[in-house]
Amino acid sequence: MTSVPFPGRSLKPGTATKPRRRARRFNGPLIIGLTLFGLLILAAVFAPLITSADPVAQNLPQSLLPPGSPGHLLGTDRFGRDVLARLLYGARIDLRVGVLAVVSPLIIGTILGLISGWFGGWFDTVLMRIVDMVVAFPFFVLVIGLVFALGPGTGSIYVAITMVGWVAYARIVRGEVLIAKNQEYALAARASGLPTWRILLRHLLPNVVLQAVVFSMSDIVLTILAIVTLGYLGLGVPPPTPDWGSMIQEGQQFMLTQWYLAALPGFAVVITGLALALIADGLVERMNRR
Amino acid sequence: MEYVLYIGRRLLAAIPVLLGTTVIVFFMIHLVPGDPAVTLLGTHATPATVAALHQQLGLDQPLWRQYLDFLGRLLRGDLGHSFFYQVSVTSLVLGRLSATLWLIIVGALFSVVISVPLAAWAASRRNSVADHVIRAVPLLGLGMPAFWLGIMLILVFALKLGLFPVSGYGTSFAEHVQGIILPALTVALALTPILIRSLRTSMINVLGSDYITTARAKGIGTGRVIVGHALRNAAVSSVTVLGVNIAYLVGSTLVVERVFSLPGIGTQMIDAIFNRDFPVVQGVTMFFAVMVVAVNLLTDVAHASLDPRVRLS
Repeated sequence: MTSVPFPGRSLKPGTATKPRRRARRFNGPLIIGLTLFGLLILAAVFAPLITSADPVAQNLPQSLLPPGSPGHLLGTDRFGRDVLARLLYGARIDLRVGVLAVVSPLIIGTILGLISGWFGGWFDTVLMRIVDMVVAFPFFVLVIGLVFALGPGTGSIYVAITMVGWVAYARIVRGEVLIAKNQEYALAARASGLPTWRILLRHLLPNVVLQAVVFSMSDIVLTILAIVTLGYLGLGVPPPTPDWGSMIQEGQQFMLTQWYLAALPGFAVVITGLALALIADGLVERMNRR
Repeated sequence: MEYVLYIGRRLLAAIPVLLGTTVIVFFMIHLVPGDPAVTLLGTHATPATVAALHQQLGLDQPLWRQYLDFLGRLLRGDLGHSFFYQVSVTSLVLGRLSATLWLIIVGALFSVVISVPLAAWAASRRNSVADHVIRAVPLLGLGMPAFWLGIMLILVFALKLGLFPVSGYGTSFAEHVQGIILPALTVALALTPILIRSLRTSMINVLGSDYITTARAKGIGTGRVIVGHALRNAAVSSVTVLGVNIAYLVGSTLVVERVFSLPGIGTQMIDAIFNRDFPVVQGVTMFFAVMVVAVNLLTDVAHASLDPRVRLS
């Protein structure tokens, strides 16, 4: 695994501490990832300051302008709407829903995993069987099916992703608890007669939650992909609200002449995914160094 | 003998999982807000049609009874009747299954052909330029929507270069082959970032083990060590890694079929969603789960035949 130290390095005194100290200060992936993600968030938050164009206002005489047109840096779509404005306002929707939709699965999954791992017994058995059932479905298929059943809208997306997403966190945290509960600090906490809730929340949780948080970074990527996919299929955020997925779907009709209409929103998703993947990698690297 | 026993055990273990998936598919209809019959009928809802649909879906029965009926019909291969096409869901789905299965098989094949050599190359030249490139590029791919990748492949290989049809599956075998390559490549490329990352790690572990050191110490060249010694063990882990991620691949076929207008069950599910054809959505969801469970079983079998330790434990 990545935690394997470089063999031989520790055998040479003098070289052992120096590079390690420098490496601890500089975590490339984490810094680049956080910067990139921060810029994306800033662009989404300050969208009205970056562009004065209205993302939903139609202007048919100005439709399908190429990038670089005066007043429209990235051109316009078939309704004459400014592409840059739609990308920026789309980031508001997709990033917000993507990040928020991960919060409740993280909390629910962590709590269930904590209880399941600590107490074991029938609760653990039942919970793990439920996890097996949910995992048997492809993520996208179940989310799309659930959003269909719940009806369109952002609320349904949150509920559907929570219903499918918690299982991963429950599994991760349960696994961590199973290891942690036999470690000395947990045994000591138990021996000193602390109430169970206190052991779980004050002693175990801080030690096991990190893995779940790291996973949540790649989970946000998966969630944003799900939102964008729903938008592409016409099941996501209802139009005319800009969303990267529906922008790709609309752009697909103009592939031969205006290929960038479908390409640009996709790049936005890819950059978001890259930022979060770098953060996740950086966090793993940091944990392994400890 | 223990090989047969092992497969038998895996088969038995799959039964409760399958049973569980039926519970989830069954409860999907109870997630519909309000009265499902009214919502599903939409503008066609009159008291008579609502009552008829209640009876057809068994919604007037107690919940446990509804589930047992659902399960009973499922065991007889009956997934209900399509609202829209007025034929049985099973026949609809079976008619569309072959395109999806081919997409999954060819996609899985492509993803192995792409990821295994790259992962082996990166692992054997650790921290070289090639390794860094092979590690960095998948980071870009992790956040790449499969449908978008498909559209970009259409743009380059179908519209600009004219190598493949833009969409469709054709009617003859030759047309099927032509029509499946780009979608399968899309599905494969969506999975390779995950595969390469895990494979490289397991390959590094294999290359660090004693028997590889022994082989090297005997003076065997790097190429032969990798192909003749490391790859078999790495294949074991690649099967596992592929198995863990196959649900992702199966799921991505849903939207990729849509992009390429392939007549598979994914396209069928999307169409059914727009027709508000609930039994078909349920049926296809069930089929997707069955496919994932089946692929997981196949992975276990493949794993057991590659690695004798698995079936003995």
